[in-house]
Amino acid sequence: MQVASHNGKPFNFSPEALTEVQGLMVKYPEGRHKSALIRALHIAQEENGGWLSIAALDHVAETLRITPIEVYEVATFYTMFNLEPVGKYVLEFCHTGPCAIEGAERLLDYVRQKLGIETGQTTPDGMFTLKEVECLGACGYAPMMQVGIYYHEHLTEEKIDRFLEDCRAGNIDKGSWKMH
Amino acid sequence: MSRKLLLEHAHIDGINGYETYRKHGGYRAVEKALKSMAPADVLEEVKKSGLRGRGGAGFPTGMKWSFLAKPEGVPRYLLCNADESEPGTFKDRYLMEKIPHLLVEGMILSAYALGANTSYIYIRGEYSWIVFILEKAISEAYAKGWLGKNILGSGFDCDLYVNPGAGAYICGEETALIESLEGKRGNPRIKPPFPAVKGLWQCPTVVNNVETLAAVVPIVNEGGEAYARIGVGRSTGTKLISAGGNINKPGVYEVELGLSMEEFIFSDEWCGGIKNGKRLKACVPGGSSVPILPHYLVTKTAAGEDRLLSYESLADGGFESGSMLGSGGFIVYDEDQCVVRNTWNFTRFYHHESCGQCSPCREGTGWMEKVLERLENGKGKLSDMDLLVEVAKKIEGNTICPLGDAAAWPVASAIRHFREEFEWHVREPEACMQRNYGLVKEKAELA
Amino acid sequence: MPKVKIDGFEVEVPEGTTILNAARQIGGDIVPPAMCYYSSLKGSGGKCRTCLVKVTKGSANDARPLPKLVASCQTQVLDGMEVANISSDEVLNARRGVVEFLLINHPLDCPICDQAGECHLQDLSFEHGLADTRYEFERRTFEKIDIGPYIKLHMTRCILCYRCVYTAQQLTPERVHGVIGRGDHAEISTFIEKAIDNDFSGNVIDVCPVGALTDRTFRFKSRVWFLKPMDAHRNCEKCSGKAVAWMYGNEIFRVTGRKDQYGEVHDFICNTCRFEKKALEDWTIEGPRDIDRHSVISQNHYENKTVTVK
Repeated sequence: MQVASHNGKPFNFSPEALTEVQGLMVKYPEGRHKSALIRALHIAQEENGGWLSIAALDHVAETLRITPIEVYEVATFYTMFNLEPVGKYVLEFCHTGPCAIEGAERLLDYVRQKLGIETGQTTPDGMFTLKEVECLGACGYAPMMQVGIYYHEHLTEEKIDRFLEDCRAGNIDKGSWKMH
Repeated sequence: MSRKLLLEHAHIDGINGYETYRKHGGYRAVEKALKSMAPADVLEEVKKSGLRGRGGAGFPTGMKWSFLAKPEGVPRYLLCNADESEPGTFKDRYLMEKIPHLLVEGMILSAYALGANTSYIYIRGEYSWIVFILEKAISEAYAKGWLGKNILGSGFDCDLYVNPGAGAYICGEETALIESLEGKRGNPRIKPPFPAVKGLWQCPTVVNNVETLAAVVPIVNEGGEAYARIGVGRSTGTKLISAGGNINKPGVYEVELGLSMEEFIFSDEWCGGIKNGKRLKACVPGGSSVPILPHYLVTKTAAGEDRLLSYESLADGGFESGSMLGSGGFIVYDEDQCVVRNTWNFTRFYHHESCGQCSPCREGTGWMEKVLERLENGKGKLSDMDLLVEVAKKIEGNTICPLGDAAAWPVASAIRHFREEFEWHVREPEACMQRNYGLVKEKAELA
Repeated sequence: MPKVKIDGFEVEVPEGTTILNAARQIGGDIVPPAMCYYSSLKGSGGKCRTCLVKVTKGSANDARPLPKLVASCQTQVLDGMEVANISSDEVLNARRGVVEFLLINHPLDCPICDQAGECHLQDLSFEHGLADTRYEFERRTFEKIDIGPYIKLHMTRCILCYRCVYTAQQLTPERVHGVIGRGDHAEISTFIEKAIDNDFSGNVIDVCPVGALTDRTFRFKSRVWFLKPMDAHRNCEKCSGKAVAWMYGNEIFRVTGRKDQYGEVHDFICNTCRFEKKALEDWTIEGPRDIDRHSVISQNHYENKTVTVK
């Protein structure tokens, strides 16, 4: 990691998101608004095209009135935060325990072959990023992946085919971290 | 049929909404407690119930609550641990998704008992859609007067918020959870002081698992003694078991503690036996961190008694021949599964999830993963097993938090019970790799 | 005041004293090693696990031993407590384990490391380490970084003690570096291209127990054991001006804070004193600094006149 390589475009919360983040800050006692950081980062990531640039991290720091290093320390600790640009759809496959037993490895091979990318890479058209993640708590419904805020379970090669087509056709709802 | 205290109504359409939940007896316990019980009475019922923490450690809830410091003028906090991340465990998710008001109700009761006016649900970030299910339930509860100021005219104020994480198993450890809730890295704190004295923002804090808090609802409704009559010995009440792996009917089951393992795995009411007519090879009964049991210790203890789903029976035989009920993350392995590969998989998980704060866990988990990877890929040595046991021993008990133990136990137990299979990987690597890869690739692809 | 017995030696200490500090009052080889604890840095300690000890008797009121080894830097003594450090095989075993863990990814580049001779990890491995490594995998490496004109960060050597983070937090107006990433990929970093630039930043070099943070103005100039540490002071507006001038002949090669026998500085010095005042006339030299006679630093000198060393 060392020094972050992507500064990114200038970033500001949209007016709705800013209102929401300010609303989060008052859920905590006076002076404890730093607690809103993680959720604010989820929202920032969503508004910044799925990843957190330095510009986005610095803007979050400024909004929460904390120092940038406090934000960097947190953003790099939690695996849901992407610190490099990602594709439109980030496919996060669970590869732990029961998912591995139920064929996650084989399914991952299939997806890698189908998309022509390795884990961690993004397709050249910018549509898909493939991530392998640890247990997502769907062990009874394996194998599975998360895309956006939703889970897709009991996956098969056929389901993956259909899913990728639906993504390309714009029929997949990734959901939103912003107020529902 | 086994009694259901938590999931009795979970199958009903619309139970995730307020009206249906209320129609089926929802918030009756809050009415009862706030109108006719003092906070100490609620605590007393929980003590009588014998309820033990459902997150994994199994510590008596009533006792945990009674440790809470109550200095004058200092706020106290109740935190719900919904950071369910232990591989094999998906029960809390089921409860929150299906019947979110049960958790909200349990938290109001518990907050009342503890005198906490503000509570937070810390939920793992990946359960993002559940954040909104919970927030909807919470706003319905506010609208109906179950949350907010002066609930039911009792003078008790209760605010409840949801706080998501962002991908870190370690935040299920209660002090890491508190750090994360404060907007920091999930580094566990050094104890003492314990959260009961200095927790969230240095104030007295109780952290309880989702299922534990939900269980307070039937305890208040039916009384602690009635709850304690269910179950066996010091394992009282019901437990949610999330069953997965090579079984016919994976899913979340509510069992009365004391159900036999034999019945749970093989009867059609529960897991429905091993998939594809295969034989049982092993079972991890309480989430990935608990010791693995070889088939001959799954349904019987070493002493030949029936093994039951209870804290005591699963632990019977200690680490030599027993395991733990843990979080109820129940993983079943059929005869085709490779213990070495599975142990490598779990160890990779713990390596990935180590916060990196203390040296034994930071360095030891990665070391074990590399040795296991080498074994699995046919490049191991016969001395590797002793090395693994030794490294696991140097981690266990020497770390800041229990993640070190959680990483060490699966390795130590797998080698204890399946040493021959590990040695086989060294002696006949090609045969092993054929078999292992056979699980992920068709035989034809191998040639 | 509670009385505690450590390896059989009894000491009476004020309420709230930790086992480690009680042991330091007794002194000698029963003092547990500490790689991350640092008295003057609030919140430090508990992480490296080298100071683990066995509490064989909890207290006068509750004689039960504690079930697990405890970090002596974090555990407060109770009256009647009995502790085993070097008298416990369990403790020595665990410590050997910790040292092995600390070394598996350490580059062992002591021959080219500026910290050699005053490195706590070096001392620790000398005392508790195995002669051979059992680790047969590639070691973790990071690129070296200059964080500003004065400080070199060599992350590969870092043991993540967090001392430099606490130092920046407590001594400087705004901390700009921290621990980034997690697990065994965690690293000390500013994350973005940024110099650590404030009057007290140089103290991170003094608190670093290994050669991860070194003084760029002294880099590769000399081995520490060829230098003579002299207590020196100057009038400084920013700090106490009490320092150690490390000399070769009449030349000052580097300036550090005054470390006590446990390697801890109590009077932190400013960057002007540390990096910019290297002329003899900048300082009033008080005399040779008292250095443990077992230290490699004291192997060399004092019997000779300073002028003849060259």
